[in-house]
Amino acid sequence: MNSMCAKSAVSRRIKQLVLGCSLLGLAWQVSAQTQVQDAWVRATVAGQPSTGAFMTLQADSDSKLLSVQSPVAKTVQIHQSTMKDDVMSMRQVESVALPAGKPVSFDPHGYHIMLIDLTAQVQEGSKVPLTLIVENAKGEKETIEVQAEARALGMADHSKMH
Amino acid sequence: MSTLYTRRTVLRGMSLLSLGLLAGCDGGSKLSFKYGKDLSDKIMGRTFKLKDAQGETKMLTSYRGLMPMVFFGFTQCPAVCPTTLARAAQAKKLMGRDGEKLQVIFITLDPERDTPQMLDAYVKSFDPSFEALHGSLEETAETAKEFGVFFEKIPSGSSYTLSHTATSFVFDSRGNLRLGLSASLTAQECADDLLTVMEVC
Repeated sequence: MNSMCAKSAVSRRIKQLVLGCSLLGLAWQVSAQTQVQDAWVRATVAGQPSTGAFMTLQADSDSKLLSVQSPVAKTVQIHQSTMKDDVMSMRQVESVALPAGKPVSFDPHGYHIMLIDLTAQVQEGSKVPLTLIVENAKGEKETIEVQAEARALGMADHSKMH
Repeated sequence: MSTLYTRRTVLRGMSLLSLGLLAGCDGGSKLSFKYGKDLSDKIMGRTFKLKDAQGETKMLTSYRGLMPMVFFGFTQCPAVCPTTLARAAQAKKLMGRDGEKLQVIFITLDPERDTPQMLDAYVKSFDPSFEALHGSLEETAETAKEFGVFFEKIPSGSSYTLSHTATSFVFDSRGNLRLGLSASLTAQECADDLLTVMEVC
């Protein structure tokens, strides 16, 4: 009777341990990834050679976005917009820092991804595949596949510029 | 005595009339805008001569009776251009019936890459009433200068992008420059100031 009790107690412990371990593993797996949210691309009109891609990235550990690739464009660059005295300037950047746990917004008013020399018109409602390469502080690279939604060119921008 | 009285009446009438002009369509009068910049005393953008998608020459006088709002940009601009055009479309809607008088004019700073047909399709995807104008490189530079618009090519890999002034310039229905709207304003803020321009002329 006693040994039965002990046995079941031990097996319960083991079960808890396994559950705990698997939960931990799950948590680790999730946090090891860079989260991509609200990825979208601005649709184009026929003949328009380039457009922008936008999203929010959040890395678990200090990382940086190194590069982006897409089958819809011959060249993909990371750009930064800045506004000074109502003059909008754009320049290409090498990489974008993704501080641990902090959402970094890629939007029309700051960092954004430029899809240059489009292979075809980006139709509203279609999905645009993007491949993001993120590197953490240890130099480990992570590849993230994203399906960005093509939104209407004339869509009003809801984020206020300030 | 009676002639003097008449003269006085005429004078009074004339001063009242000129007061009305000052508050109204006279180009030099100041306006108080809540958000934008009053450009009533600026002599800018009066003599541009560019072509529309059909190849027809357009000048400021082509838009008499309408309230032209001029914005400079290029279709490969990922950020401020579509945002500003979308804002203009929204402001036009917010203005209700008065919005019908607002004529948005998009002038390309990149005539080498923006073909007239593509430009036309681009602006009309925001609002079918919007117009796009283009010129040669020289005409473009001249027009930008006339508006005090800065623009500069920035090499980017094998391609280039443009830095440029993102202000929208608003004229009243008689062709007097009135208002400068910065890119940081919302559609509602723009609509409020655009209605102020409409109140005077």
